[in-house]
Amino acid sequence: MKYMVLIYGNEAMEAQATPEQQGAMYAAYNVFTEDLHKTGLMVSGDALQPTTTATTVRVREGKTLITDGPFAETKEQLGGFYILDCPTLDEALEWAAKIPGATVGSIEVRPIAIYPE
Amino acid sequence: MSATSNQITQLVEQIYREEGGRVLAGLISHLRDFDLAEDVLQEAFIMALKSWSQDGVPANPGGWLTVTARRKALDRLRRNATLAKKTEQLQNITELVQEAEEVDDAEVYTDERLKLIFTCCHPALALDARVALTLRTLGGLTTTEIASAFLTTEVTMAQRLVRAKKKIKGAGIPYQVPPAHLIAERISGVLAVIYLIFNEGYNSRSGEALIRHELCAEAIRLVRALHQLIAQEPSLSPNSEVLGLLALMLLNDSRRKARLSPEGELVLLEEQDRNLWDKIEIQEGLAMLDRAMYLRNPGPYQLQAAISALHAQAATPEATDWSQIAALYGELLRLHPSPVVELNRAVAIAMADGPLMGLALLKPLEAESILDDYYLFHAAKADLLRRAGNFAEAAIYYKKALVLTQNPVEQSFLQRRLAGVGG
Repeated sequence: MKYMVLIYGNEAMEAQATPEQQGAMYAAYNVFTEDLHKTGLMVSGDALQPTTTATTVRVREGKTLITDGPFAETKEQLGGFYILDCPTLDEALEWAAKIPGATVGSIEVRPIAIYPE
Repeated sequence: MSATSNQITQLVEQIYREEGGRVLAGLISHLRDFDLAEDVLQEAFIMALKSWSQDGVPANPGGWLTVTARRKALDRLRRNATLAKKTEQLQNITELVQEAEEVDDAEVYTDERLKLIFTCCHPALALDARVALTLRTLGGLTTTEIASAFLTTEVTMAQRLVRAKKKIKGAGIPYQVPPAHLIAERISGVLAVIYLIFNEGYNSRSGEALIRHELCAEAIRLVRALHQLIAQEPSLSPNSEVLGLLALMLLNDSRRKARLSPEGELVLLEEQDRNLWDKIEIQEGLAMLDRAMYLRNPGPYQLQAAISALHAQAATPEATDWSQIAALYGELLRLHPSPVVELNRAVAIAMADGPLMGLALLKPLEAESILDDYYLFHAAKADLLRRAGNFAEAAIYYKKALVLTQNPVEQSFLQRRLAGVGG
């Protein structure tokens, strides 16, 4: 079953990190991604640029509305994702817990929808 | 109805009680579908009533039911129009039916209840969903009974169960005993669900007394089943907290008949008629606690059981070893620091060393305002003040406690105490 693993973190706090702390985070993510890759469970994954670079699009009554920023102001912001293909939820949860961001933020694990052909 | 068919009906009912749970668990495990499993099992039982009166009772009724139910599931799935979704399931079932036919009415059918307990109590499910699903599938309670026990409507409870089953299917919650590195925390999750069920029944709010006691009995049954299933599973070692929780529940439950007066008034531990305590349950509780402690792996349930045991073993309130109880609360504080445990420890020390000692320990708790909304805190402080002879302040705290509880039995008790200090 495919799962999307969404990595939420507090951007304001992350912005206060020293270069050493940032470097440590990158290294941790590299190690994690490598380990994950070796299991064959990983379909894809990427970091996102911060929500300051986001643009939100809505179409209402035929009008396209474009606003600066993420879809809503939230306490934690989406910073990256992985897509995993796991036999059960437990494997996805296990790997979600190993994500470096899990120790300071929140990781949402959601199955990808399956539609009958 | 002829004598024979009457006997068959009774036998089928007996099989339902004794083996229904196991067969259902096996079906859920194989079919990966709670509702389908329940439906085909029901059909199988109906078939049993007809077929056993004609052909006699099979040597292995559980196996017969399993094979019959699986065949009915296959029939249903074949008849189902949207086969595309079910293709994987269909293959599964076809294999199972072939397997079953080869083994000739299945000599052995495995007990899948252990898998089912862990599935129903999976941490990805909301706590109230875990409780409802456990009671429904393992406890065999009807949706109506569970709704009544938790003071909610049948519709709400039914929706809760539907959502839980959808989550299991949709999110891919596995039907398995967790792997070795997860088992300890998952067992602790299961125990938490079972203990919640017990406390729901033990601390009766309003509602039918029978259902409430049924919850305690069900919780005890569940933890016994868990203990046995773990014992039978070669890859799992005996778990001292499972035994500890069983001991705790047995010891608490043993006081059941003494906790309410004939008029329905709350009777405190020190005022209870100890002749009404169930001696057999106490004996078993003490024995389970011994077995738990023998495993030399202490934990919070064992500690709470040990405290309950000290009460159970005291022939009179005066004989209670309060110092030891206080020490045990101290141990519990080390493992699981919590303001409620600190409160209980203060009360125990007050019993051992006098109300002033207890009041001194309550001061820091009150200063931090953590237990401001906990009526038992104010009731306990009121009680210590009363015993210290400070009636005026005791009245203030009884009043605070009264404001914080809606339970009529508790309210009535506090009113009496308040009157007793001239409030």
